[in-house]
Formats: sequence, C-alpha cells, structure tokens
Amino acid sequence: MVRPEDDSGPVTRPTSLGRLLNGIGHIILAVGAIFMVLPILWMVSTSFKPPTEVSLWPPELIPSQPTWDNYTGIFDDAPFHVYFLNSVGYSLVATISVMVTSLLAGAIFGKYNFPGRVFLFMVIIATAIVPFEAYIIPLYIQIIDLDWVNTPQGIVLPTLFLSFGVFLLRQHVSSAIPTELLEAGRVDGASEWWILRRVITPLSAPALSAIGIFAFIQAWGAFFWPLIVANDQDLFNMELGLQIFQFRFSADYGKLMAGSVISTLPMLIAFLVLRRRIIESVALSGLKG
Amino acid sequence: MSAPMQDAPNSIAIAEGRQRDLHARLRRAYLAWVDMYVSRGQWRVMTFCYLALLPVLVLFGYVRVLPTINAFILSVYKWELIDPIRPFVGLDNYWGLLEDENFLLALKNTLIFSPSVVVASTLLSLPLALFLARKGKLSVVYQTIYFLPVITPLVPVSIAWKWIYDYNYGLLNYGLSLVGLPAVAWLTDADIALWALVIMSVWKHLGQNLVFFLVGIRNIPSVYLEAAMIDGADAWQQFRYITLPLLRPILLFVVVTSTINAFTVFTQVYVMTLGSQAAPGQAVRVIALDIYYNAFQYLHMGYASAESVLLFIMVLAFTIIQFRLARSQKEGLDG
Repeated sequence: MVRPEDDSGPVTRPTSLGRLLNGIGHIILAVGAIFMVLPILWMVSTSFKPPTEVSLWPPELIPSQPTWDNYTGIFDDAPFHVYFLNSVGYSLVATISVMVTSLLAGAIFGKYNFPGRVFLFMVIIATAIVPFEAYIIPLYIQIIDLDWVNTPQGIVLPTLFLSFGVFLLRQHVSSAIPTELLEAGRVDGASEWWILRRVITPLSAPALSAIGIFAFIQAWGAFFWPLIVANDQDLFNMELGLQIFQFRFSADYGKLMAGSVISTLPMLIAFLVLRRRIIESVALSGLKG
Repeated sequence: MSAPMQDAPNSIAIAEGRQRDLHARLRRAYLAWVDMYVSRGQWRVMTFCYLALLPVLVLFGYVRVLPTINAFILSVYKWELIDPIRPFVGLDNYWGLLEDENFLLALKNTLIFSPSVVVASTLLSLPLALFLARKGKLSVVYQTIYFLPVITPLVPVSIAWKWIYDYNYGLLNYGLSLVGLPAVAWLTDADIALWALVIMSVWKHLGQNLVFFLVGIRNIPSVYLEAAMIDGADAWQQFRYITLPLLRPILLFVVVTSTINAFTVFTQVYVMTLGSQAAPGQAVRVIALDIYYNAFQYLHMGYASAESVLLFIMVLAFTIIQFRLARSQKEGLDG
C-alpha cells in the first residue's frame, strides 16, 4: 500500500518518554479497537443465542448453547430470501450503471474538448453537494408521474449515477492515460468508440473497480429511498425488510440479529477479500452521491 | 375513410420531401455551428462526445438537476400530494416553518448533533491516524478494525446498537455496572437519547475520517520532517508546524464531508425511534426525519420542500464558510 521509503522517516533512539507515549498509544488503540468491533461481535453472538440467553444478565459474549434457530426462524417469519435477492439485484444494477456512466462521462470530460465541456462538468460537480434529502420530494413526485412507485426501476433510479464516479474517472483518465495513446489509435484509423472501448476502458480498470465497489456498498445500504418508494414486500431490499421486521417483532433480538448478520455478511466478506480496494475507494470518495 | 385515402400518397410525398428538406437544413446548421468551434475534420469527434455524454446527461438531469430545481419551485406552493389544487403561497411555507415547534426542535437537535459528531470524530481520528501512519503489520490490523463499521450497512448496526443501548439487558449498561456506574436509559431518556445517537454515529464514521487522514499524512513528503528533525524540532513542533499545515486541505475535507453527512442524518435516527425500547420521537427529531414525516406521512409536499431547501442552504452555507476559513488560514500562513 505504501512504498517503503514513505515511512522510513528519520531514525531516532527511542527515549523513555517516547516509549511511554508509544505504550499509551497502543493501549488507547487497543481499547478503541475493542469498542469498534464489539457491536459487530455482539450482533453475531446474539444471532446464535436461543431466546433464553438473549436477555441474560450478566450478558455473555459466547452463547453457551449456540443455535441456528434464529437463522431458520427469520425465513419463516418474513421472506428474507426475497429481500436478499432484491438487494443483490438492485446493487448489481446500480454498480454496472454507475461504472458505465462514470466511464462514458469521465472519459469524455477527461480527454476530449468540446463546447460546453467546462459548463457541463461544473454543473455535475456543483450539484454533488446537494444532499439527497434536499431533492428527495420532487424526485418522488417525478416517480409518481412516471408511475414507477413500487417498481424495481423506481427503486434503483437514483442509484444509477454517482457524481463522484464521474469526477474520479475524469481525474484518472486525464492524468493516467497519455493523450498520445489516443492519437496513435486515431492515426491507425480507429473510431472514437473503438478507442473508448479498447484503450480507455482497460486502462481505467483500477479506478473503475474502485467506483464499482463504492457504488455497490452505497446501493446495498440504501434505506431512505426504498422506504418511500417500495410498499410491496416483494420489492423490499434487506435494509427495508429488517426495519419492518424490527418494527413488528421488536423484542425478538435473536432473529433480528440473525437478519442483521445476513445483511452485513456480504459486506464483511467482500471487505476481508478486497480490503485495500475498498478502503481506497472510500478514501477516494469523500463526497457521496 | 376513402376520401382521405385518395390524396394520401400525394401528401405523404410532400411531407417526406419537407422532412428531407428539414433534415438537410438541420444538418447544415449543425455543421455550421460545429465549424465555429472546430475544424471540419473534427466534427465526428464532437458528435461522438455528445452521443457518449447523452445517456449520462439525461440521467443526471432527470435524477439530480430537475429535482433540485423543483425543490425550490415546490417550496412556494401549498402542495398536498392528494389535493389536485395547488395554490401559489409565496414564502408562506417558510414563515410557517419558523413557527413550527417540530421544525425548530429538529433544527436545534441537528445543530447539536452535527457539530458534536464532527468534532468528536475528527478529534479522535486525527491522533489515531498520526499514530497509525507509521507502518507495520499492526497498523494494517488496526486500520481494518477501525474501518469495519464504515462498511457495515446502517440499518443492521442501528438495530444492534439499539440492543446494546437497552436499559435492562444492554451491553453498555453492563459495562457501566462493571465499573460501578449506574445504568443509563440511553434511548428512552429524552436528555440522553441524542447523545446516544452521537456516540453511535461517531462509531460509524470514525474509520472513514481515519482513512482520509492516513492518506493525507502519508502524502506528506518525509524530507520535510527530516529537515525539521535536523533543525531540532520535537514531535509536537513537527506536528504543529509541518504536519498540521500540510494536512489542512484534508482536515477541511473531512470536516466538510462529515458535516454534510451529519446534517442529513436519517437512517439511524429513524431505526432507533421506532418500536419498543426506542427513543422518544421528539427527543431525537432531526431535520431529515422531520422532512420525512411532513412529506411522506402527512403528504405536505410543498411545506416539506421548504424545509429541504432550508437544509440545503444550511449545508451550502456551512461548506462555503469552511472553504473560506481554510483559504484565509492559508493566506495567513503564506503571508
């Protein structure tokens, strides 16, 4: 992640005060780390507890009689498999769409000159700071006019485009892809579409995958918009299903936590596999939406 | 039917001729317009640019620009979702908000919640980042752990935190009892519920700020710090006079983005105010929640739009102030 010389800072002999501070630092870090993982561990542990152990006092982190009942139980209480597949579907559509739109706009804004370029890009960047909550009402009215309330297309529509994706890809294309490469293609008689597909796309792969990961995480966690647009249980994503479920059976924390683990697990697995990429994509993002 | 049929071929031919004519004229006009900017050989490239941008711009215009403009327009109408009559009311919605207790409470809560989350998560993540900036296996492990909450979806962790905050069986009160402190009604005590949400939100966003700071710190060339060391600067001086000034853009970025995030907080508040063992709705009412209730429960679209316009203006004002501050500090530094 970091080149060796980046942190081969000046070497000094550690003083006793330095060592003490270092030790305190490590203790703070460790305590903080426990604070960070504990809620997630608690979620996992509760999901394996039988009802008698869920509200045990004093609470125990490791269930004495671990059970899968909560995991099978929630599928009896609510169609969580439908929610899960919906989440997968919505997130994949969002991811593909964000990658395509970011690539198209990023490549054009990054490497081409045409009248209106600066203006259009400024508009995209300027609207990036408008929070979703500020335009969610007119957007909802538009969805009503389209008759898309309670439809999959209505649910995914706002996730199909990310200003940050366009911005990131434009940066990448304009700085990391040499213009000579495009010129070479043109000299050989290649069409612009061919250049976009065969030259720009492969060279943008790292940035594109970072954008894709980010879009997937965003879409997976979507809650406010589906809450408004989806009424039909068959269209719920995991987040909405969980929320409705906790509203109906709020005392049943074993099952609620089982559902929460199911919703979190894909993110956790992806994170452990793609840790560097994910951190990078979030670090690059900053501005959401 | 028969009478129009007779002269149909003729009129179709005329229409087709007109259309061809129109197409040719449009094409000429387009090429002339293109000529103003680029040489004739390049018009293909330009056509390509617009064609490739078209789907993106249509989508962007429809889901971002149009609704943003419409939010302003809606806000000056009395627009009830189910009522077809939607009279223009000028700024009445805005005046109404200023007398609306729910809105004022939401505003107050947001103005407490937001700076608290931003200050706490910044002050906690910056020293951690400084410490973790040194490389090593442990640093990677810590980074991973601190980042975990960032990628976990909000609804499940909000439910988990609700259980952790439970008065009778919650993990947090158990922790307090271990060190001899009395139990706290984290979510049901109106004075504390907002702070419970602050803690949870700091937990959720700390890792993100940490990563931003790490990127910033690692981008500082080590020669600067080496030079400072040679000049005999101690660790604090190095931080104060080298790291901090060079980190200022990242610091600004972190503060702006986490402010925007905190101003628009919705999901955790919504999840934690519903169901049993939940927070009392009024104690943690924030602006996004108030917008949700006004628009999607009571269907006052115009009124709620005025509220979202105010939210947008607040976010915008905050962003501008922060950028101004950063610029003036920078100028002060340079001059």
